[in-house]
Amino acid sequence: MAFTSFTEFLAMGGHAPYVWSAWGVTALLLVATVWHARVEQRQLLNGIKRRARRANSLRGNAQ
Amino acid sequence: MWAFIHKLGSPKWFYGISAKLQPWFWAAAALLLLVGSLWGLVFAPADYQQGNSFRIIYVHVPAAFLAQSIFISMAVSGLVFMVWKIKVADMAAAVMAPLGAAMTIVALFSGAVWGVPTWGTWWMWDARLTSMLILLFLYLGVIALRGAFSSRDSASRAASVLAMVGVINIPIIKYSVDWWYTLHQPASFTLTSRPTMPTEMWLPLVIMVLGFYSFFIALTLMRTRSEILRREASKRWVQDLVNGQTVHVQAEETR
Repeated sequence: MAFTSFTEFLAMGGHAPYVWSAWGVTALLLVATVWHARVEQRQLLNGIKRRARRANSLRGNAQ
Repeated sequence: MWAFIHKLGSPKWFYGISAKLQPWFWAAAALLLLVGSLWGLVFAPADYQQGNSFRIIYVHVPAAFLAQSIFISMAVSGLVFMVWKIKVADMAAAVMAPLGAAMTIVALFSGAVWGVPTWGTWWMWDARLTSMLILLFLYLGVIALRGAFSSRDSASRAASVLAMVGVINIPIIKYSVDWWYTLHQPASFTLTSRPTMPTEMWLPLVIMVLGFYSFFIALTLMRTRSEILRREASKRWVQDLVNGQTVHVQAEETR
């Protein structure tokens, strides 16, 4: 291990602002992409289901 | 070979096979990124010149690799779409672009932040930095071009052409550090030669690079499936799949 304590790890030998902002932006963008992909998938699946339900109920009313 | 390409080109077949492949790539990405991050941030020794700021390499290099690889993938998909009219290739190209732009932003941002303690400046019109900025504009151009047409086919063709023309920037990025050596150091990590870094610094970097690539593959599979749903929503097989097997779909969503 390169650090002796957690505080020392967070301080990154005085380079904390640089290391943590670079890693933070990376993590944020990766998480945001996954989150966006999940929302997109759920919305598309729900949209197709909703349309099918509506089509079914229309057909039901007509009969 | 031809039968395989044709099968791969069928959205229905792709939707099925990608569902099976996807979990493996997500698992690989999660594991590699976790191990690589812990190793790179906690266990790798500090650099004797740069101290701990060198740990930025573990996000900077994988992101820069991916930013370029995604553009090449997009250009190849564009070519496949233009030559063989394979729609899945165009769908994949469409969903890759935002991740490529995000990775270019990560590479530029982490590089700028790394430059402050290392070079004493966050930006210079160095050839490597400038060609990466051009890559970001190319990504944004491809994304904007897709949105600029009312006809999907025209949009796909325009985006494919821009990707195929823009790919000329990739060798420029790669060789910029050798042709115009001003600020950015030459490649410290290549697939063809022995690493110049000590193993305990180099191995976590390899793991991070593999993790980023797995993430790209997993996300592209997932989003190409969504794009298939979007474009083929009125097709019979999509309706049957989504409505006929509701239990299956829900199980997939909650995973």
